[in-house]
Amino acid sequence: MIRVVLPQHLRTLAGLDAEVSLDVDAPVTAGRVLDALEARHPMLKGTIREYGTGQRRAYMRFFACEEDWSHAGMDAELPAAVAEGKEPLLIVGAIAGG
Amino acid sequence: MSRVRVLVGTKKGAFILNSDGTRKDWKVNGPFFAGWEIYHVKGSPVDPNRIYASQSSSWSGQVMQRSDDGGATWAAVGNKFAYEGVPGTHQWYDGTPHPWEFKRVWHLEPSLTDADTVYAGVEDAALFKSTDGGANWEEMAGLRGYGAGQDTHAPAWQPGAGGMCLHTIILDPSNAERMYIAISAAGAFRTDDGGKNWKPINKGLVSPFMPDPKAEVGHCVHHLAMHGSRPEVLFMQKHWDVMRSDDAGDSWHEVSGNLPTDFGFAIDVHAHEPETIYVAPIKSDSEHFPLDGKLQVWRSKTGGNEWEALTKGLPQQDCYVNVLRDAMAVDKLDTCGVYFGTTGGQVYASADAGENWAPIVRDLPAVLSVEVQTL
Repeated sequence: MIRVVLPQHLRTLAGLDAEVSLDVDAPVTAGRVLDALEARHPMLKGTIREYGTGQRRAYMRFFACEEDWSHAGMDAELPAAVAEGKEPLLIVGAIAGG
Repeated sequence: MSRVRVLVGTKKGAFILNSDGTRKDWKVNGPFFAGWEIYHVKGSPVDPNRIYASQSSSWSGQVMQRSDDGGATWAAVGNKFAYEGVPGTHQWYDGTPHPWEFKRVWHLEPSLTDADTVYAGVEDAALFKSTDGGANWEEMAGLRGYGAGQDTHAPAWQPGAGGMCLHTIILDPSNAERMYIAISAAGAFRTDDGGKNWKPINKGLVSPFMPDPKAEVGHCVHHLAMHGSRPEVLFMQKHWDVMRSDDAGDSWHEVSGNLPTDFGFAIDVHAHEPETIYVAPIKSDSEHFPLDGKLQVWRSKTGGNEWEALTKGLPQQDCYVNVLRDAMAVDKLDTCGVYFGTTGGQVYASADAGENWAPIVRDLPAVLSVEVQTL
């Protein structure tokens, strides 16, 4: 199971009170994790990645295993610890004031 | 006794304010969608339990919400707003071409006849329509010149200070094929065929900041208002100037009269007196607060030109808030109630058509919009 931690405002939107566990077939990429996340919680469509381009929204960041995966691309394979469920994929709102 | 429900959108959530017909005691519910910008919340005139809300943030973009029980519970609906065809470019602030990019929904206008049909005015400026309660949205692309074969002015549109937003949608209750919209900074537009074709309706507007102050498009129209009993009469709060049209926007004339400043954003019409209009004058385009620190609503009972200040109960010193374009509304009770919200987080109400005011609530986040349902 892949573990995903969402920012508070998206947890509220999706009605979640904790991290999400998802079944994702290998290879585990950010794009495939988001496919599974949006399938289970359709209200999250468009909030993490853009409609149309499918790209990460500018103020959303991806972190895993203490590394920044924001710029790795949606098709980059995430660390094994994420694929094995030992570490979560952290989806974080960028620090942008306010 | 009838009651009222005031729908308030703020920078950090939505609030619903309820009172009976006396409009003295209020119950404040919220925040809904806490932490998100709520540009607009509006109920269906067909089914007042059906309410639509525009929820957005710079981080997570646009979310649309719908309630079917008067705001007690909400569910996210469709949020995919895709421009028709190749979006093209509009003018940037410096006059250079800039790609059309969806940013947010500014205004929601539920249909007068069908609770599942709702229009959305968005930034970058375009008009969208849903006929399934917000699940799916389709651009009415004729406004931007697509699909109808008419000339398009869209490449000449440019953003106002708040962005290039379609912020006003008015449906003609006497003609289902006619509607009006307004864009900052492009101007006002009208369709007479249900949205296939649109024409700019800006004749008579004068905007000295433009290379051609009387150009057909490019005017920074801040808001439009109409009384349902006389749909050919329109009132406009422009960047500067309060304007009036008696021919469905084909021509406009200024009715600023004795207003102390004719800059402002909000304008509305009394529910039962189509010649009684309200504005909230703001000092200037660079100083977005009331003149001399005195918060005043000005009322004209003559359809413009002759105005009186309404001040009882409003702060008359040291007040430096703004009243945004969608932040004024009226109810339909026998003695028309008038409401407005401020960027300081106050929502003021008058239960006697503006003679006396009192705050419903004082300390909300900055108010972006106010709508009223008379139940």
